[in-house]
Amino acid sequence: MGGLIAGGAVGLWLGLWWLNIRLSRRHGRWVRVLVPGLFGLALLLLWEGLVRGLGVPAVILPAPSAIAAAIAARPEMLWADFVQTVIRSVLPGYAMGCGAAFLVALAVDRSPFLQRGLLPLGTLAAALPIVGIAPIMVMWFGFDWQSKAAVVVAMVFFPVLVNTMQGLKAADRLHLDLMATYGASYWQTLFRLRLPAAAPFVFGGLKLCTTLALIGAIVAEFFGTPTQGIGFRISTEIGRLALDTVWAEIAVAAVAGSVFFGLVAAIERAVTFWHPSQR
Amino acid sequence: MSWLSRTALPVLAVLAAVVALWYAGAVLLNAPWERDQAARAGTEIGLAELVANTMHQDRPVLPAPHQVAAEIWETTAEKRITSKRSLVYHASITLSATLVGFALGVGLGMLLAIGIVHNRAMGLSVMPWVIASQTVPILAVAPMIIVVLYNLGVQGLLAKAAISAYLSFFPVVVAMAKGLRAPDRMALDLMATWNASPAQVFWKLRLPAALPYLFPALKVAISIALVGAIIGELPTGSQGGFGARMLNGSYYGQVLIIWSALIGAACCAAVLVGLIGLIERLVLKAMGGRAWAG
Repeated sequence: MGGLIAGGAVGLWLGLWWLNIRLSRRHGRWVRVLVPGLFGLALLLLWEGLVRGLGVPAVILPAPSAIAAAIAARPEMLWADFVQTVIRSVLPGYAMGCGAAFLVALAVDRSPFLQRGLLPLGTLAAALPIVGIAPIMVMWFGFDWQSKAAVVVAMVFFPVLVNTMQGLKAADRLHLDLMATYGASYWQTLFRLRLPAAAPFVFGGLKLCTTLALIGAIVAEFFGTPTQGIGFRISTEIGRLALDTVWAEIAVAAVAGSVFFGLVAAIERAVTFWHPSQR
Repeated sequence: MSWLSRTALPVLAVLAAVVALWYAGAVLLNAPWERDQAARAGTEIGLAELVANTMHQDRPVLPAPHQVAAEIWETTAEKRITSKRSLVYHASITLSATLVGFALGVGLGMLLAIGIVHNRAMGLSVMPWVIASQTVPILAVAPMIIVVLYNLGVQGLLAKAAISAYLSFFPVVVAMAKGLRAPDRMALDLMATWNASPAQVFWKLRLPAALPYLFPALKVAISIALVGAIIGELPTGSQGGFGARMLNGSYYGQVLIIWSALIGAACCAAVLVGLIGLIERLVLKAMGGRAWAG
């Protein structure tokens, strides 16, 4: 019986894959939505069928239906964890870190000496394992959201700084000369030309940092939290081997990450509507 | 202007400013404890003495740079590298997991990218999910992967390497797929007029064209692979590695251990990224292209 279910799932997957191959020979908008959609659906069905058919124990991999049941069973808990991690830790930290990096980039804009010093170091710092400061921040700022926000600030600071500094150099030489012939002041040039020209770079950094911010907050919660939060729940439920709840939290984190990214991307589209990549 | 005054001087100036800020921070953050001690002893403490004392507390809030440097020197140069208290020992554990995972992730990522480019159905099906997965905080899954692999009987180096591989996989797929598609119609048509086989098109045109895209992704991949290995050491109660060292330091309130592990990890990341940058320059130069300055 189990083998039958597993075999059926594999067969269904192969069938959908064949359908995808046929579909991908066609062109059009709907193909680009339908094909990945079908692929995702096929993967879920395969997962469900294999877990049920082969009797995979729930401590190794729960079936998608079990994860959905875990989500449906305790929505208040998931919501409370979401609020603690995303609303209270990630968003303030993200706003502070990105804002500070933007302001620092503007502040050093007038000093080529500082720029030449900061840019290589900032690029290097963006590649360092900054999450490691999580235990220190938990010692300094306590268990609540402040320590998580501090980790988020440190994680998002350098990518945004480097991207903004590079973006401020992106204005076209011709355009700068034009502004100079108009007799534009430094601030006029900055607001009318250089900041708009920098926007695609800045948003590149901001989009990258949405994921980094979530990672920073969740990892910081592994080192100690009040009894809420996605990271806290993941680490405690793993201890109880309740993997369906862990997967439910991962689903929440994934949705939160995608929505956060989508929001920043939507703002980018609204702000840089003139850029070739958005047209 | 020479390289010295264009790059080295500003970088050194900024570094000096960072160290100065660090010392100032150490004085500010460690002062309350000293004042507290003085008040308990019933004595007034002078400014000079206060500053001097904040430089060498046993359990400082923020250790001064020279304290961290001394701790690192003590745990690298003065301990045998096989000793459990040696930072080199911990670094070797973390680095071995990082490199194994990085090699696996990059290999699989390149294979998937080749599949995506040569098979339209695969590209259409998989690529949107690969891109979407970049917005998901994958690192949050790390502790679960460790536990699941433990239940399957896999633990230690391979479990951590699995996390590193998983993390370094995605940037490589995205960049490699983009790079393999980089050759334009003209170049592909030229290969066709030469009657080149698909394998020849791949080895002589697509792969060389993809390399400039691949290397920046490799830099991202190696740094995130290191982070993955460190995070992977947190939940296992593992015996060694930077992550275990940080967790130990955080349990016992040994700030110096955390800081030295942190700086050690940062140095490893810098060296790894620097190595890939060097290879990038050599390879691109050997291919006759202009090496990227970044």
